[in-house]
Amino acid sequence: MWNKRKEEEYPVRPAASAVPSAAANPVIQKESIPMSASPMRHPEADFRSAAVIGKSVMIKGQIVSREDLTIDGEVEGTVELQEHRLTIGPHGKVRADIKAREIVVLGNLYGNVDVADKIEIRKDAKLVGDIKTARIVIEDGAYFKGTTDIVRPEPKPAASAPKPAAVQAVPAMASAGSGNATPAAEVKR
Amino acid sequence: MLGTPPRTQALSRNSNGLEQFFSSIRGRSALSILDLAGASQSNITFITTLGHRLYSDDVLHTLTGAFGSGKDFLTRQSEGERAEFFLKQSLDFPDDTFDGALVWDTLQFLASPLLQLTVDRLHRILRPGAYLLSFFSADEKAREIAVISYRIQNSMTLQLAPRGETRPAQFFNNRAIERLFQNFSSVKFFLTRDNQREVIVRR
Repeated sequence: MWNKRKEEEYPVRPAASAVPSAAANPVIQKESIPMSASPMRHPEADFRSAAVIGKSVMIKGQIVSREDLTIDGEVEGTVELQEHRLTIGPHGKVRADIKAREIVVLGNLYGNVDVADKIEIRKDAKLVGDIKTARIVIEDGAYFKGTTDIVRPEPKPAASAPKPAAVQAVPAMASAGSGNATPAAEVKR
Repeated sequence: MLGTPPRTQALSRNSNGLEQFFSSIRGRSALSILDLAGASQSNITFITTLGHRLYSDDVLHTLTGAFGSGKDFLTRQSEGERAEFFLKQSLDFPDDTFDGALVWDTLQFLASPLLQLTVDRLHRILRPGAYLLSFFSADEKAREIAVISYRIQNSMTLQLAPRGETRPAQFFNNRAIERLFQNFSSVKFFLTRDNQREVIVRR
């Protein structure tokens, strides 16, 4: 619902889309130094078998990863790591909408993020965009401009829960004064 | 803009203005709240725990970006193009976007005519009936005032973390504040022990 704006210092630069669509940039452009899978030496990050986009790498386009990813270079487009963690390193400059299970920001991020679990914005990091997440940690000294929308994860239904127990629980909830309890009479009848 | 380093450590105090603000939205959820003091863990946690959506921005950061931090900081605010840039960066929202605004002490660093343009913009982006909380120094002899990060501890307590000192654009007495918010439907004042006027304004 919020306007997307570029966070720049005066004077105003020519207007451009903050987050280019992946469709407009379908080709992944790599510079001479390739993406490295070797761990980067940085004390803040957890590099348990994470892929790393090094600080001299620039990528435009769509990134989909099925493992943890660290971006310490420049990325424009979209980034998707549905079940994994994204770390934007201290040299990272990302202009992208991101979907991930968890995000740690130490560098610069312009774009909207959709995080299933948790986002951390560390000291000296900069994030301009809207955040949808279950949990957020923001350190003093971090810069954040945008909306925070906390989305509580839906409880997973217990697969092995016996049905009679669930029915029996309804009167107990009602007697405890829960306003959300389904009327016990309706369930029993 | 932040001329000198902070003089004191963070302190906590009660805030009648804050209490009034949260009373006005009690029992409601999924509201859109604007916070102009810069994002902090405590404000985000408190407001989102109430079930609201929070838009955070550090207006003083945007002011410095638009007008610089030197001695021309106030005179540059009368330059139309820079003023327009500032408004676009900090308050460019559709009409009736927010159900409440935590403006804190940011308005006292704005010089005319940018000050009135900013208040008019706030009026436009707030929904009718929404409340706005703003603070002004009540010390008219102060040459410099503390620039503070306001962190919400609970619905009636604030932690004030100084992050520097700077010269205010002007001194605001009660009459000046009433004139500033003349387009709003009501203005209410609270004087605090640390010489601030807390102002709660209804759109």
